[in-house]
Amino acid sequence: MVPSDLVVELSRWQFAATALYHFLFVPLTLGLSFILVTMETVYVVTGRQIYKDMVMFWGKLFAINFALGVATGLTMEFEFGTNWSTYSYYMGDIFGAPLAIEGLMAFFMESTFVGMMLLGWHRLTKVQHLTVTWLVALGSNLSALWILVANGFMQDPRGGTFNPFTQRMEMTNFMQLIMNPDAQAKFVHTSLAGYVTAAMFVIGISAWYLARKRHVELARRSLRMASLFGVISVIGVITLGDALGFIDGGHQPTKLAAMEGLWHTEKGPASFNLIAFPNQEAQKNDFAIKIPVLLSILVKHDLTSGVTGINQLEQEAVARIKNGIPALTALESIQNQLSKNPALANPAKRANDPALQQALTQFDAHKKDLGYAFLLKYYAPNVSKATPAQIELAAKKSIPEVWIIFWAFRIMVALGFLMLFFLIWATLLSLRGKEMTSPIFLKLAPWMIPAGFLACEMGWVTAEMGRQPWTVYEQLPTWISASTHSVGYMVFSLIGFVTLYSIFIAVEMYLMFKFARKGPDEHGSTGGGGSLAGVPAFARPIQNLNHD
Amino acid sequence: MEVLTAYAILKIVWWILLGVLFAGLAIMVGMDMGVGTILRFIGRTDDERRVALNIIGPHWDGNQVWFILGGGAIFAAWPTIYGTAFSGLYVVMLLLLWSMIVRPLGFEYRSKLPSAKWRNIWDWTLFISGFVPMLVYGAAFGNVMVGFPFHFSLQGTAISVYTGSFITLFNPFAVLMGLLSVSLSVYMGAAMVMGRAEGAMKERARTLVTVAGPVALVLFTIGGVWVAMMKGFTFSGPVDPGMPANPTIGLPVVQESGAWLSNFKHVPILWVLPLLTYLAVITGFIGARADRFQLTWWAGAVAWIGVLGTVAAATFPFMMPSYADPAHSLTIWNSGSSELTLWWMLGWTLVFVPAILIYTSWCFWIMRGKVSAEHVQADDHAY
Repeated sequence: MVPSDLVVELSRWQFAATALYHFLFVPLTLGLSFILVTMETVYVVTGRQIYKDMVMFWGKLFAINFALGVATGLTMEFEFGTNWSTYSYYMGDIFGAPLAIEGLMAFFMESTFVGMMLLGWHRLTKVQHLTVTWLVALGSNLSALWILVANGFMQDPRGGTFNPFTQRMEMTNFMQLIMNPDAQAKFVHTSLAGYVTAAMFVIGISAWYLARKRHVELARRSLRMASLFGVISVIGVITLGDALGFIDGGHQPTKLAAMEGLWHTEKGPASFNLIAFPNQEAQKNDFAIKIPVLLSILVKHDLTSGVTGINQLEQEAVARIKNGIPALTALESIQNQLSKNPALANPAKRANDPALQQALTQFDAHKKDLGYAFLLKYYAPNVSKATPAQIELAAKKSIPEVWIIFWAFRIMVALGFLMLFFLIWATLLSLRGKEMTSPIFLKLAPWMIPAGFLACEMGWVTAEMGRQPWTVYEQLPTWISASTHSVGYMVFSLIGFVTLYSIFIAVEMYLMFKFARKGPDEHGSTGGGGSLAGVPAFARPIQNLNHD
Repeated sequence: MEVLTAYAILKIVWWILLGVLFAGLAIMVGMDMGVGTILRFIGRTDDERRVALNIIGPHWDGNQVWFILGGGAIFAAWPTIYGTAFSGLYVVMLLLLWSMIVRPLGFEYRSKLPSAKWRNIWDWTLFISGFVPMLVYGAAFGNVMVGFPFHFSLQGTAISVYTGSFITLFNPFAVLMGLLSVSLSVYMGAAMVMGRAEGAMKERARTLVTVAGPVALVLFTIGGVWVAMMKGFTFSGPVDPGMPANPTIGLPVVQESGAWLSNFKHVPILWVLPLLTYLAVITGFIGARADRFQLTWWAGAVAWIGVLGTVAAATFPFMMPSYADPAHSLTIWNSGSSELTLWWMLGWTLVFVPAILIYTSWCFWIMRGKVSAEHVQADDHAY
């Protein structure tokens, strides 16, 4: 029995919906925790009340966001078991480890100290409280590291191999698992994206106050801190994004080809499709604006290398499917022999069994393409009887949905550069003390808040849709990974999640807006800005911030 | 029994560690959930309810990680159990999940607005998110003893197929165990409020401890008699503890009346575990009457260990027996991770679990003492 198509499809929708939703709160937590830590460090070093007011105010927004991050994170952990039970069985030996370590090392620390951070002001000394805030920021970022190590395994499975006696992937090298280049690059890229998101959030709300001349002192300092923090982070995001493209180019050629809308292999120097309308049926772009040579520079970091297109990747998939068939038939034969004679599970006994040894030899010779045989199994349940047409079809389906990935990637990149220019502008204005004199900036900034969130979501879509049709790239196809539920169960759960999450977001947005509008409780700050609140911004001495 | 391989010993170690996590989960997050369950009844005014929430306020989030870590540890060390149990229990898992995900919001959002209606809604949310998860938690152990209707289908890999409905999971014995779990969680929650609140609310909490403890003991006793009569699972032939973790190889498993008592027959020292439960609850009762908070709280923790230990001793080495196809039952021997993964995870656990215990204790130490209404009102961030 295998899961039905509709159940797999609904499981994917549910996972995507809950993950995208969870990923609305995570980036803000990652970034805001570091902004809070910076503010509080300044407070402890200088002893100035205004910085404590800042920590208190942004801390409240942090807490509102954090609650939903925790709540929706619970779903993510359990969904692997509830909806992807075969995936859990097949990959749990490897994939479960970073997830558990995340709990042990990072999430426990973050969650234990967040309560102290929010409620411990009266009980802790300044330095103790600062330490606690640092631990929260460190914990949330370490969390991201371990989650992305787990995700890195799905993108580029390293450190494990298939064991025919347990019928699953098992860990062979823990260091390879955690030192996965995809995971490391994505960790930096993702956490920096979170910092940018949080910076945009703080700048947006601060600008909203400045436009209304409220909490000017607090808002100007927050804006300056956030724009500096943001501009450094966004440069990092773009650099690491480039590194990821480079890494993907090496180990996930289908994702790369889909991102670039590259149907046919281009000899070097390859040109870059700036805009295109990919047509998957016809295997071509209906319309494209090309920039010569750029693709080689972007993904190979030189001027001459060619880039493999979808067409050729499909041909390679055909070869790998054919090579995988003997692996799967050997595996099925091993299973048969085991169930007839369970004693063969014992290594000492299996050594003298020629039939088993023969199957094992055949399996070992072809096991690198076992995943491709599973891909074929969807179209031909008995893979040894697969027709060439079925193999062609399976190869065709080894290519992900091009237009989604192509556009999600471009929207992400465009938003990234938009935020780069915006953050440079914000930083320049703030450093020159002129943020108050640019009404356009102040009006625009709140509207830029969604850009960070949207870019994060699009990045996630690019990465995860680009991995299809695999849950673990080239190892385990999506169709066999899901639990064997009834459609009714899936509809029930999907309705439940949509209802609950809609209520959540409504309540969260309501509170966010309410508390952002309400603003901080200022405790008679001693800085000059407070007393200048009524003075037109252009008449105010620029250096009044710099003196503080 | 022949000498155990290192792999077999590692499996046993991980079974014990899972027990430690389950106990941590029950004691720590169970305590917070108990406070949620009794919130509406023990706190008569809004101030009183806020005091109750702020008693566990700085800790609930950290405590909840025991729950998440429980899930993570099953995934890493018992992946077969993880996939089979969570998908088989689908609707129940969703009820658990949905009741748990409203919990952080209940804490964080409840006191953000002054409206009484708003606060009432979140109070009930906290009730649901205290009561339902602990009911499901206990019921899950109940079902481990009853067994589950699942088998594995071979498709090149093992695919677990659950053949029962979700109603199957709410069989009478599971509900009994669920209520036992709720009563112990109420005990822990009430004990915490008794120790940290003042005045009338503290007295109400104290009374509740002296009710919840004996209720738990009665349910535990009924459960014990029931187990003695129910059909347990046992091996009918030799099983190699060092076998590859593959549930489809098939084990010689049969169902027999009273089989869950056979471990106690073979190793009589195990009777210490149920006895410990009785002693702990009685000690807790006396402690509450004498207004000794520390004694009462720790007695509750020991009671949990006694109950979980009793279930574990009865079911060893079964983790998820199947009555649909007993040969596919999941045991310690056939459902764990590979040897390498278990070694690595053991290393991480040995470093970080002590660290967690140390910093959690530090947090409780810092936040010790009474929580008063004035305190709560003065703190801008208070729940």
